Amino acid sequence: MTALDDIDRALVNALQDDLPLDHRPFAPLAEKLGLTEEALLDRVRALRASGVLTRFGPFFDAAAMGGAFCLCAMNVPADRFEEVNDKVNAHPEVAHNYERSHKLNMWFVLACETPEGIADTADLIEDETGLPVFRFPKLQEFYIGFRVAA
Amino acid sequence: MTIDATDRAIIEALQSGLPLVPAPYAEVAEKLGLSESDLTARLAAMKESGVIRRIAAAPNHYKLGMTANGMTVWDVDDAVLNEVGPKIGALPFVTHSYERPRALPDWPYNLFAMVHGSSREEVEEKRQQIVDLLGDALRGSDTLYSTRILKKTGLRLRKKGG
Repeated sequence: MTALDDIDRALVNALQDDLPLDHRPFAPLAEKLGLTEEALLDRVRALRASGVLTRFGPFFDAAAMGGAFCLCAMNVPADRFEEVNDKVNAHPEVAHNYERSHKLNMWFVLACETPEGIADTADLIEDETGLPVFRFPKLQEFYIGFRVAA
Repeated sequence: MTIDATDRAIIEALQSGLPLVPAPYAEVAEKLGLSESDLTARLAAMKESGVIRRIAAAPNHYKLGMTANGMTVWDVDDAVLNEVGPKIGALPFVTHSYERPRALPDWPYNLFAMVHGSSREEVEEKRQQIVDLLGDALRGSDTLYSTRILKKTGLRLRKKGG
């Protein structure tokens, strides 16, 4: 855990809210925290440098730009795990892949240009591994916005 | 939303983040040969359409002590899912929450909620808040912890096309 002072904590919390599209978007927050804009930006740069903030900028929704995504899961026998993992990860459509503590022990996201690409890739993985690929596409998102309390 | 070449140039310019200067939009606009008002109008349109969710900081959960995350999954009565789903999405410790199809009989769960905490104990405590919130609508649940990252690649934006 990185040591943060109270102003850093307030900053990390406030910077998770949407930045206005104004000419001087940091000015209201700086005023609220009793800092100059430069002092505020120095702190943000330091938080970036120490890795407390991984990024500052727009959060893009890839699905809204076109493309198709699908969470998939497989029940992979322990003695075949590495072999199946290699076969799954060899597909560039596999964006990320996690081992999880469940009978369905391999969870990955397919990212394709088209919905047909999702079905084709999942079918191909089934053919290559002889194991079913469970498909859990997003039907609805209940999203308000994540805030880490610093 | 249709992304044109200018939008694409804006997205590429901002993928690594916004410049940390007092007038960041003016600086980005100048680099792209746009006026600041053109740039902010396009950013506003992208927010409106959902291409941009918000312009904000991405904190590192681990650096803030949030080292445990559990994918909590729930079998919720379909009749009340639309009522309880947004309440779960609004919980401060839930990063993502989705309705997904069941895969019976192997997988009875139709609601996913990613829960973050400083330990598994804390994740379990927070999970209990979802149990309480769901009340009678809850028919079953489980928590899947990630035990290993097997692959992780970022969003790759194709250079061409529209």
